[in-house]
Amino acid sequence: MSASLAAFLYLVSGALFIMALRGLSSPETSRQGNMYGMIGMGLAIVTTLLLAAPASGLAWALIIGGIAIGGAIGAVTAKRIAMTAMPQLVAAFHSLVGLAAVFVAAAAYYSPEAFGIATNGEIHAQSRVEMALGAAIGALTFTGSIIAFLKLDGRMSGKPIILPARHLINIALALALVVCIYSFFAGQSAIAFWLIVVISLVLGLLLIVPIGGADMPVVISMLNSYSGWAAAGIGFTLANTALIITGALVGSSGAILSYIMCKGMNRSFISVILGGFGGETAAAAGGGEAKPVKQGSAEDAAFIMKNAGSVIIVPGYGMAVAQAQHALREMADHLKKAGVTVKYAIHPVAGRMPGHMNVLLAEANVPYDEVFELEDINSEFAQSDVAFVIGANDVTNPAAKDDPASPIYGMPVLEVWKANTVMFIKRGMSSGYAGIDNGLFYRDNTMMLFGDAKKMTEEIVKGMG
Amino acid sequence: MEHAIDPFVSLFAIFVLAVFVGYYVVWNVTPALHTPLMSVTNAISSVIVVGALLAVGAGAIASGSTLAMIFGFLALILASVNIFGGFLVTQRMLAMYKKKDPAAKSAKTH
Repeated sequence: MSASLAAFLYLVSGALFIMALRGLSSPETSRQGNMYGMIGMGLAIVTTLLLAAPASGLAWALIIGGIAIGGAIGAVTAKRIAMTAMPQLVAAFHSLVGLAAVFVAAAAYYSPEAFGIATNGEIHAQSRVEMALGAAIGALTFTGSIIAFLKLDGRMSGKPIILPARHLINIALALALVVCIYSFFAGQSAIAFWLIVVISLVLGLLLIVPIGGADMPVVISMLNSYSGWAAAGIGFTLANTALIITGALVGSSGAILSYIMCKGMNRSFISVILGGFGGETAAAAGGGEAKPVKQGSAEDAAFIMKNAGSVIIVPGYGMAVAQAQHALREMADHLKKAGVTVKYAIHPVAGRMPGHMNVLLAEANVPYDEVFELEDINSEFAQSDVAFVIGANDVTNPAAKDDPASPIYGMPVLEVWKANTVMFIKRGMSSGYAGIDNGLFYRDNTMMLFGDAKKMTEEIVKGMG
Repeated sequence: MEHAIDPFVSLFAIFVLAVFVGYYVVWNVTPALHTPLMSVTNAISSVIVVGALLAVGAGAIASGSTLAMIFGFLALILASVNIFGGFLVTQRMLAMYKKKDPAAKSAKTH
């Protein structure tokens, strides 16, 4: 195959990837979009094999073996993974892309002529820079994603871990990284190359460790973006348009998602990156004095909701933890049978990754046209009889609207308090991730339902039956 | 003045345009599908497999090194996990998104 034809086919596969993302503009076209993505990937692989046909049997064996091993692991994981574990899975996948970028850069370093980036063993100056950047971003993505994975999977505390003088350490490491990249550019030495990798690995670790569990939606989007830029860096090294287009797409996609998540929390990107905010158990501002709350039973909740005209359900991370989505849908079915209008309201940062709640509700067979985003449903709380909050807290806190002293002041929130009755399923009176008390708990029209989200919902379903 | 344009310039032009395309396409993605968006971007960024394939193939020719072949092989496995895992898990998620009406109809017929 001629190089020109190959370049054309790579361009086609890049265009197919654009169509894959385009498909996600609505659920109906999304499945077709995913198919375009697969075709694009297949085309890129076949083109590469035809362009640079491996000469030996060993190379063919390694290629087929590698795809078979990796493909089998990937396929089994994709089939078995629980939908609630999706954030961890995505973080783990990001780490693989990062590490693959490092390995490809290393391979290009040790075999530059095969990649067409060297003459007489000397790598072109420009390729050296691209390679160094690809390896650095890849390494950073790798360790950063591993930490994100460990935090999301609960194998590591979601609390921010603050090292003394961490900003100084990070700046020193970043400077050292720049020096190494320059030295690699000037001398093409193996030591400089591997130093770049090692420093970036450490930097990735240090950057993510101080970020709390609840900021993970931003982190995971940011790492998504990084993995894209790493791919683009390698794409320049290989002069491959498919890789460059993909890198640019993924890079901007992750950046936009980070922006949306930051806006959902009313926090600046910089403050998230600097870290130190929010742990799972932060409860500093609770105060201590016990104010009276109105506690209800499952039977009360069942009775009120069955006699309501409309109910808006507000799910949060707690629903994911308790795996309550199926019980919730059952409850909604009972309500709909009783003639109650049921809608779901999703806050942009509900859960641990963008769109987390939507996937869980879809898994429980909730039709997607009953699920609404914050801007679309916020005005409806005032006309609804019951707001049923399950596993969410801070995203419903009125302090964000009317208390300028509150740390979450200015954050967009779901105005559940405008409904006639607000029901909260909570384990106890603890505050949310931001460590702030929710004044809503003490209002007259609020009913607290203490218990595990799933068990409580199941009891409500029993109460309705 | 030099008349030959460095090929890097045209690659960079593609990159810049693709960033803009990505910007507009991703803003059009419905928030309900943000999780599948992440998993599918993950899958497509594994097109880095192209570099892995070149490296493995290169180890077999005279100018290639064994080290390059080993790194290429490792990258190939990682990228393959991502390609299969990413696309299949996206497909699995997207298959779950259903509309109200057909579900109601099928419920009646059963």
